[in-house]
Amino acid sequence: MIAIIDYEAGNLASVRRALRFLGHPSTITSEADEIRAADRVVFPGVGAAGEAMRQLRESGLGDVVRDVIAAGTPFLGICLGYQVLFEHSDENDVDCLSVFPGRVVRFPDDLHDAKGRGPLKVPEMGWNEVRFKGDHPLWNEVPEGSEFYFVHSFYPSPKDDVVCATTTYGIEYACGVTQKNVVAFQFHPEKSGRPGLRLLKNFCEWVPGKTD
Amino acid sequence: MLSKRIIPCLDVRAGRTTKGVKFKGNVDIGDPVEMARHYYEAGADELVFYDITASHEGRGIMLEVVRKVAEEIFIPFSVGGGLNSVADMREVLLAGAEKVSVNTGAVQDPGIIEQGACAFGSQCVVLGMDALFVGKSDRTPSGYEVVTHGGRRHTGMDALAWAKRAEALGAGEICLNSIDADGTQDGYEITLTRMISTNVNIPVIASGGAGKPEHLHEVLTDGAADAALIASMVHFGGYSIRDLKDFLHARDVKVRMTW
Repeated sequence: MIAIIDYEAGNLASVRRALRFLGHPSTITSEADEIRAADRVVFPGVGAAGEAMRQLRESGLGDVVRDVIAAGTPFLGICLGYQVLFEHSDENDVDCLSVFPGRVVRFPDDLHDAKGRGPLKVPEMGWNEVRFKGDHPLWNEVPEGSEFYFVHSFYPSPKDDVVCATTTYGIEYACGVTQKNVVAFQFHPEKSGRPGLRLLKNFCEWVPGKTD
Repeated sequence: MLSKRIIPCLDVRAGRTTKGVKFKGNVDIGDPVEMARHYYEAGADELVFYDITASHEGRGIMLEVVRKVAEEIFIPFSVGGGLNSVADMREVLLAGAEKVSVNTGAVQDPGIIEQGACAFGSQCVVLGMDALFVGKSDRTPSGYEVVTHGGRRHTGMDALAWAKRAEALGAGEICLNSIDADGTQDGYEITLTRMISTNVNIPVIASGGAGKPEHLHEVLTDGAADAALIASMVHFGGYSIRDLKDFLHARDVKVRMTW
């Protein structure tokens, strides 16, 4: 069973619907035991970092996240569930889960596109091309040049060795990281049409540590 | 770099997609769930549903449509029409919509924008706005007035001032419909769209007047729109979404070409 962590942060049902469409049953849960026992864990989220971290601390689910990651359970973070894996977020100036080193910062106000047009609007809302790095089982049959759906005003600045995907919105930034059994993205695979579904399918079949 | 979005709009009455056609009134053009699936597979970047039933019974049918669409369409979609409270918004979001669009309800009570943004996040709350050219005056310095009820009811509010206020209240996006251009298929209202889009820092979806691919090109470049709403052009078979994207792509407008 796949556990989708419920910490009262946004539309979790859309992830469950996408997984169900792919033939993978999942459960939306805030029960620590259920999450620890799950075969895979999805950590989604929409909203503000401050409120999310407050929920994660008070419910103890932040510790559960760190536990399942340490235990080697395949783990997928999405959007806010990506950002709070870092050390600190400038959104609400809050300390986060520190699974990955790095800080989450806001897009500057004076961004311009490649043709010099701007300032670009913040949040970044819409479809953008993602460049995946290296070989990873999750990229299997995701066409090069595929675009994914983004909605966010903040982005993390991780160390290079964990960055697995980048995109450009005025600046090039990391929209994905991976390490061992963890993979996490800024964009929403559950709202990104066929390439997004393919990425989710690959996650559901992923055996971390096994090179294919 | 973000792609410009192409967004088919489906008007839903009593569980069926309809389209107002001159001299014929509302014509039934199909099952909204099937049409949504078709546009999703054809490369639509997002979908917009308007519930034009505006009755309690109709709302239940609409929610059923939303639930079915959410089970098989994996791109964002918004639902609007008759949403007057946070409870109305919550119902639609729980049924599976990504965003809700408020229009008359927000004119009557601007506070619902703020309440909706607080409860669900700004990214969920779209301000739908109908604007009519009335000329510049003390009351309407932008030259455009916000209207409701398909343009029949004036509000006395300046369109640009309302857009800025909605942004300050927490709207995450504006769907801007020109009443002058709506239904003409003669092109979007470029002056209006450019004025609103360049004066707010949230995305603007242009609506009303699309009839030819050139119109989309114009509004996405000169009009500075972030997205273009289309209806008749694709509903009645004249153009596919692929046609429109090929046209835009060939003219250096960034659009999503693989799906």
